[in-house]
Amino acid sequence: MPTQTFRLNGETVTVDVEDDVRVLWVLRDLLGVTGPKYGCGINVCKACTSHVNGRAFNPCAVRVGDLAADDEVTTIEGLPATVGAELHPMQEAWLEHDVAQCGYCQPGQVMAAVALVNKARREGRTITDADLDGIRNICRCGTYTRIREAVVDGESRM
Amino acid sequence: MTITGPAGSTGLGQDQAATEGDTTGTGTVSRRGFLGFVLGGATLVAAAPFLEQPPAAADGIPTVPQPAEIYDLNDFLTHITLPTSQLITISIDEDGGASFALPRAEVGQGITTSTAMIIAEELDLPLEKVRISLAPARPELLFNQLTGGSNTTISTYTPVRVAAAVARGALLAAAARLLGDNVDQLVTKAGGIVEAPDGRQVTYAELTIDAAVAQDRAVEVQLPDRPAGRVVGTPQNRVDARDAITGRKQYATDLQVEDAWPTMVCRAPTLNGTLRSVENLDAVRDMPGVTHVAELDFGVAIRARTFGQCIDAVRAVEAQWEDGPVAGESDETVLRGLQASQLPLPKLPSLPLLARTVNHDVTFYFRSNSPMDTNSAVADVRSDRAEIWSALKSPVVAQAAIAEAVGLPVDKVTVNVVQGGGSFGRRLFFDGALEAARISKAMGVPVKLMWHRADDARAGRVHPMCTSRIRTVLVGDEVVAFQQSLTSIETDFRHGLGDALTAFAADLPTGLGNLGFSETVFLLTQEVPYNFGAVVQTLTEVDQRFNTGSMRNIYSPDVRAASELVVDQVAAAVGKDPYEFRRSHARNPRVAAVLDKVAEEGGWGRTMEPGTAQGIAIHKEYKGATACLVEIDCRPETVGRQVRDAVTGPRVTKVVFAVDAGLVINPRGLEAQMQGGINDGIALALTSSLHLRDGHFLEASWDNYFYTRQWNTPPEVEVHIMPSESPQPGGAGEAGVAATFAAVACAYARATGTTPTHFPINHLEPLAFEPKTFEPPIPPSPTNGLRLTY
Repeated sequence: MPTQTFRLNGETVTVDVEDDVRVLWVLRDLLGVTGPKYGCGINVCKACTSHVNGRAFNPCAVRVGDLAADDEVTTIEGLPATVGAELHPMQEAWLEHDVAQCGYCQPGQVMAAVALVNKARREGRTITDADLDGIRNICRCGTYTRIREAVVDGESRM
Repeated sequence: MTITGPAGSTGLGQDQAATEGDTTGTGTVSRRGFLGFVLGGATLVAAAPFLEQPPAAADGIPTVPQPAEIYDLNDFLTHITLPTSQLITISIDEDGGASFALPRAEVGQGITTSTAMIIAEELDLPLEKVRISLAPARPELLFNQLTGGSNTTISTYTPVRVAAAVARGALLAAAARLLGDNVDQLVTKAGGIVEAPDGRQVTYAELTIDAAVAQDRAVEVQLPDRPAGRVVGTPQNRVDARDAITGRKQYATDLQVEDAWPTMVCRAPTLNGTLRSVENLDAVRDMPGVTHVAELDFGVAIRARTFGQCIDAVRAVEAQWEDGPVAGESDETVLRGLQASQLPLPKLPSLPLLARTVNHDVTFYFRSNSPMDTNSAVADVRSDRAEIWSALKSPVVAQAAIAEAVGLPVDKVTVNVVQGGGSFGRRLFFDGALEAARISKAMGVPVKLMWHRADDARAGRVHPMCTSRIRTVLVGDEVVAFQQSLTSIETDFRHGLGDALTAFAADLPTGLGNLGFSETVFLLTQEVPYNFGAVVQTLTEVDQRFNTGSMRNIYSPDVRAASELVVDQVAAAVGKDPYEFRRSHARNPRVAAVLDKVAEEGGWGRTMEPGTAQGIAIHKEYKGATACLVEIDCRPETVGRQVRDAVTGPRVTKVVFAVDAGLVINPRGLEAQMQGGINDGIALALTSSLHLRDGHFLEASWDNYFYTRQWNTPPEVEVHIMPSESPQPGGAGEAGVAATFAAVACAYARATGTTPTHFPINHLEPLAFEPKTFEPPIPPSPTNGLRLTY
């Protein structure tokens, strides 16, 4: 069986698994990293949103064999370490606004929000209403109002 | 007083409650006496009986009260908990904290938080020292382990308070023995400390062993009608918020149960079709990662090392299927069947010559109650025992069904209740848990079953299609009759509520006991909140071929949206403003108050641009009242805004919502539930439905089934919580939906000048997506994720 190597939350991991298994299942089923959630498996619901090399991506839509050994995957579990804190400022904002209800989509929402702020900064601007309208992560509990408040708050904390 | 044997044998009822005045505080505090128990054991365990809530008072005048006003679904759900309620217990742990295994399911509605708050209040503990877990199925609880009808806090509030107060009393008594003071000189202080008048202190942790008793002992405790409010009534964050946003919160598919490997099912191309034969069983079994393949009537189950490999194997199955019972059927044929089943509206008495009628018929298409966390369960079925883990709102019924399905006695089947990633009615049933148990038995190994999103949308339970017919009769400017007839595909209530209705039929108000389950639920929930003379609402259900269940707020969203559209039409017919007309006909002061609140806060009647409008609506249920004012933008540039793979359409730009939920435990949680209900109401009005075509539902993805998304959600949302002197908490989980749906419907009608005749309004437009295949039944996993980073 092929061996797959990539970096996960700051450490190099090696897994024996076929090339074409999607990263989401390598994380969840083989490595026990269950923060990224399954909501559709076709890159629509965004519940598995994580980061690869600092950009948001959806591991349900990436073959593990397509990751290079030095590709850095960050899941919600590894997000605080990226800022050397117990919680990332976006997570602090999420707590401040008590965003979660059932909580299932929220790891993905937080990871998407961090990437969205970073993207806006790369573009030399701040988050707009259009950015908020464009967040595709679905929340069936309908926490959208608090997500919008928390993203803006989290941006100011980042 | 000492009792022996289980505390449950005393047959307690409301007759143990006594009211007395207490003038020791700053003013007169009304207090009631309750009987509770200290249970025998090594540490302190307190228990309490449920006390029957008095039925709501009716205050309608010209309209004869409807059944729901006198005795509603929440009265019934509380009533059925009475015989077993004394089995609810709170334990004081060795560290001085409190533990309570809540016999309900947490699926996002916040009951673990609100229940912890009630206990923290009565025990003077910090919230973080109260630990709430979810009780596994306990058959001895009978009907007292059903989570539904937004009833948890309504039915558990008093017993939880009493049990906590019993525990506090036992701690005080132990402290009195230890400190040599009289109990009534001691006080508990926030943080789990007992203090004597001279300042000496002892912690709960030091007392828990001393407070234990050898034998069960009954004690009376006094509770003020309303708690002091140190914790209850203050805004608190969810107790699991941190776990949720750090990825630590565990749902069924996150559990690591030994050898419970990923498992999925290949299902029939038509709804509820059955497996005839598999042509490539060996080839599928030989696929990478696959360990087991099992043929069952509902499909081909595949167990593999990863879910990704299950998906690939499901897609590779070549099988022959028997058509399901709705093969060939589509929305149009089902609707024709419903229309043919509509009963004629009741005959009107002879009316004066000048009487006129306002009529309106509406069709509501199928909708999905699928949550984010699909039907899933871990099952380990052995020859002599079984253990199940799943998010279950009716675990006692699930346990019995699973035991029967796998051929084991009920007491050999352990059913653990796991936190659910949403429910919306879906988890009243246990489809995933039952399938998982059958698969585990067939394969002889533990399994972690997960439904694919496509299965959850297409084969999961749906809110039934239904039609509403309304006729109102006006004489002059007065409404003298309001008749509403709902005709629906059957709603399945066989998740335990049906059993409870049968068992307690004799206790229902006269006449209701003979009705079918669904008619009973309908009559126990529906109420026209206006003085409209002779009011009649009826339900007719037909056609049992679909997988149905109640969706958040059951019948009310459809019933109220249809009704409020007609209220606007009647107001127009008599030349009245929609708000003024509602206000002058509102039958209940709490409803009038929430209506006034949204009209005032939302600036009712302000000048709006053409193509935009306000809408206003009210609803009364769950021991409370709600009102909603929305503003909608139906201008072409808004309706036509483009978002990839999305339905845009009219945008609700502002929502002002008011809720009177009686005694509010956690205002922050209540606000969250209303915000969520608002997004549900918007979805029901504008975007979300299932299309039945040729025997199957087309939707297989969140980009097919258009629940409200960020580009649909209102940029401006205000929730106002009404002050209340009520000693009784109301329900929250479903209370936001109906008034919002109705207000959006009314706003849309006013903005476009067209009163909708079907919902959601986009249902008959050309499909906004390309349907995914039915063979294979689930879509392939994409590979282009690294090209879509941001």
